Amino acid sequence: MSQPVRIKDQWAEGRLFVSRSVIGMTLVFLLSATLVAQLVWLQIIRHDYFLDQAQGNRVRRDPIPASRGLIRDRHGTIMVDNQPTYQLELIREQTPNLEDTLTRLQALGMLNTEQLDQARRAIKARRIFDSVPIRLNLSDEEIGRFAVHRHEFQGVDLRTRQTRHYPFGQLGVHAFGYVSAINEEELKKLDRASYAGTTLMGKLGVEAAYEDPLHGRNGYSEILVNAQGRSVERQGAYHPVLKSEPPVAGRDLMLSIDLPAQRAAEEGLGDRRGAVVALDPSNGDVLVLASRPGFDPGAFGRGLTRAEYATLTENIDKPLLNRALRGAYPSGSTIKPAMALAGLHYGVLDPDKREFCSGEFHLPRSAHMYREGKGGKHGGVNLVDAIAVSCDVYFYSLAATLGVDRIANFLSPFGLGQLSGIDISGERPGLLPTPQWKKKIFKHPADQVWFPGETVNLGVGQGYLQVTPLQLAVMVSVIANRGHSFQPRLLTGLLDAEGKVTPVESVKRPDVDGVTSEQWDIVLQGMIGATTRGTAAAIGRGSSYPIAGKTGTAQVFSIAQNQKVSARIENERLRDHSWFIAFAPADKPRIAIAVLVENGGFGASVAAPIAKRVMDAYLKMDTGVPPT
Amino acid sequence: MNKDPAWLRESVNNPLSARRTISDTARLLAALKLDGPLLIGIGLIVLYSLVVQYSASGQSVTTIVRTLERIALGTVIMLSLANCSPNFLRRLAPWLYVIGILLLIVVDVVGHIGKGAQRWLDLGLIRFQPSEIMKLAVPMMVASLLHERPLPPDWRALLVVAGLVLAPVALVAMQPDLGTAMLIAVAGFLVILMAGLQWQIIALLAVMAVGAAFVGWNFMHDYQRERVRVFLDPQSDPLGSGYHITQSQIAIGSGGVFGKGWMNGSQAQLEFLPESSTDFIFAVIGEEFGLVGLVVLLILYLFVVSRAVFLASQTSDTFARLLAASIAFTFSVYMLINTGMVTGLLPVVGVPLPLVSYGGTAAVTLLAGFGILMGLHSHRKRMGS
Repeated sequence: MSQPVRIKDQWAEGRLFVSRSVIGMTLVFLLSATLVAQLVWLQIIRHDYFLDQAQGNRVRRDPIPASRGLIRDRHGTIMVDNQPTYQLELIREQTPNLEDTLTRLQALGMLNTEQLDQARRAIKARRIFDSVPIRLNLSDEEIGRFAVHRHEFQGVDLRTRQTRHYPFGQLGVHAFGYVSAINEEELKKLDRASYAGTTLMGKLGVEAAYEDPLHGRNGYSEILVNAQGRSVERQGAYHPVLKSEPPVAGRDLMLSIDLPAQRAAEEGLGDRRGAVVALDPSNGDVLVLASRPGFDPGAFGRGLTRAEYATLTENIDKPLLNRALRGAYPSGSTIKPAMALAGLHYGVLDPDKREFCSGEFHLPRSAHMYREGKGGKHGGVNLVDAIAVSCDVYFYSLAATLGVDRIANFLSPFGLGQLSGIDISGERPGLLPTPQWKKKIFKHPADQVWFPGETVNLGVGQGYLQVTPLQLAVMVSVIANRGHSFQPRLLTGLLDAEGKVTPVESVKRPDVDGVTSEQWDIVLQGMIGATTRGTAAAIGRGSSYPIAGKTGTAQVFSIAQNQKVSARIENERLRDHSWFIAFAPADKPRIAIAVLVENGGFGASVAAPIAKRVMDAYLKMDTGVPPT
Repeated sequence: MNKDPAWLRESVNNPLSARRTISDTARLLAALKLDGPLLIGIGLIVLYSLVVQYSASGQSVTTIVRTLERIALGTVIMLSLANCSPNFLRRLAPWLYVIGILLLIVVDVVGHIGKGAQRWLDLGLIRFQPSEIMKLAVPMMVASLLHERPLPPDWRALLVVAGLVLAPVALVAMQPDLGTAMLIAVAGFLVILMAGLQWQIIALLAVMAVGAAFVGWNFMHDYQRERVRVFLDPQSDPLGSGYHITQSQIAIGSGGVFGKGWMNGSQAQLEFLPESSTDFIFAVIGEEFGLVGLVVLLILYLFVVSRAVFLASQTSDTFARLLAASIAFTFSVYMLINTGMVTGLLPVVGVPLPLVSYGGTAAVTLLAGFGILMGLHSHRKRMGS
């Protein structure tokens, strides 16, 4: 290299060239071998993986939603169905001038300014070949208006979507429940394949309890898509085989609800807060399950705004609360027939013996005074009278004689303090208090003691006792059926596509044993007395069928010892709750009912007429003669 | 003369006559200054490309017609260049180089005024990329310069040729067209390498390259680093920068050993694979013809490269040897870079698969290069040493 003058050496250069060529070719072959190794890795070793990836790329499953089953009452009347709602959809690539189209839609009154902005944003966010909803829930008038001008709006069309529809509005909402958007938690538990494409599911009541049969099973059809997600006919020269599965429609439900009776109950309650539960004592059919106030079930399916939801939850009338299942109240005097049966069962009561009611009751060696609920005194009353006129003093004495343990033991099969087993979720067990319960629930030893006075209060359904309207309906159906009863149930049968009904069997509840026929008769006499000459005589008078009933008044606040009973509480919300339980016809019971009106005051005046109205509607008697 | 039906009949009836036909063909090729085996190799690759392009373009006849036009143009240029004597080419080299540089400057200036990337020069009738000229002009220029000097070149000669290579590379990079700039640099560098660049210098350059990469990483913009990251792990961003390579690997991998069949590749036919008829056509072959199809193509390529290098080694002067070898190895570099990129071995750079990718003037330039190479070889005897 350091030679001063270098001359070209052709031979050496030739050798140099050859050696470089050999090195070059070696490199080319080595790199090619690396390439082949990579190809083997991709095409042989990882072939299955990439095949899956390619399959996932090209085939999309389009879900075909199954139509949701309908809900019918016991006569087959459709209570909940599906209805198409119309919406406007726009496909950008088929719209010649988007801005102009939107402006003209606005001019036609199909979009307001806010909706116009939303539509613009929605269109922008989607692909040009997607059909984008730009206006939901069109009214009939709007559908008509657009239909006339449809030809002027290329790329815009009316589309339908199935939504849940409630022909009777709020009627029975606490029984039927509602559907609303599936949340993430629920999504984890659902069968994804069956729910692909479904956005709503039952959340409450029958809609939730029978979600599976109502939903059915969604189908799908596979479609071939290209990289933009656009559906295409074929893949190059090849028409691939695409699978599809038809949906299985949901099954219609046949419920035990009786629409006329349900309507009578809700209209009877009107604007008052309260609940009505009516059962068929012979099989547990829930004829009426009403709770007022209600709410619009359709709003949940459409999607509530935060403000709308807040309006519902913050309403002091608590429209979302299902009072029939979850409202727990003292039973008041409605407990007395069962209490009387306890006395007869344990033989501590001579039904014919007249006890003297002075309007006050004292436990031995106690100055504490238990007063007649409405004040006054009944004088001498036997058991039938005591039930009919609802004599508190008689039952204070009876309860004190029975003792709390015997009361709790005997009342348990009547369904108090336990779940009824109704086939929709959410019911509360209420409370049938016992000394053991008190020991468990209170911390301080001083509070754990069961006082004899608490037993006295239990005799007239006050104190710790908590019952739901459903539980009282069960209790009265036990009395109506003389100890035999069934779990309340809403579903009586599933309908298949041909309209054939698969019936659902009733489930028996534990019997009330050890009560003789004569003893049942005595209590029945007392309850008939209540509606003929006693506290609820107003509804019995003029009734074409005999009613066995019992009023009740549940104290919201216990009245202080020395306060005048007659002191009417000014605040409406502090007034007593009004109860009425009944079954009819008394000699051959077909309906057992419990009515609660919150802050309704005396049971006979508010709750009893509602019960009469429901029974009339169900028994198809006395209708047209509105009870006073 | 081959059109005579009598010849056909004769060749069937008389095998001797067939042999005569072969020698006739050889004589024709010699007259045209072409090399039979190389021509067959190139022809098979072009045929293969037509089959694949028809599928990759979605059965577009227009694509095939346009490719055939370019092949025809390339063949004419190949024939012309094959008939140029090496001495003529050597004398032509500086002129071609200077004209190329001037055109590149024009393109850069027009691009600057037009405020955008500018690669094309519109001459009314035809539009062409001056950078394509430089793919041949640069190695010709370097080879002609080194032709005069003893090899291996001393450092002064090295500095000069390095400057000659880097000037057009810089101009093309400014367009900006980094892919072509890199290929021009490769073509020039290969001449120097074949001229016997010392291993020490090669090692030094390699160390400098690694160092530059290290320093460069620290000076890179985030988006540039992102590109490198995506190269190292395409799945990390399958819908963004890694989309190309992810889809390309799915196409190749799902093809398996025998492929999904012609026009049956879902990745290519349903447009999941981007640039399926241009830069990523290798993946289409992998999907539709499988490993077998890719290996067949690879064998054709290796045959062409081997034959070209062999022809280069048969030439007898420095200019011819260096230029011919540069053309041969550049072709292999194109092939290796493209296949490496499509299979995920190299980062995504815009280098087409030589003679197979659709579009551009790349195929014309390649055929021109092979024309020069065959000319250099077939003119060797007259040059005597």
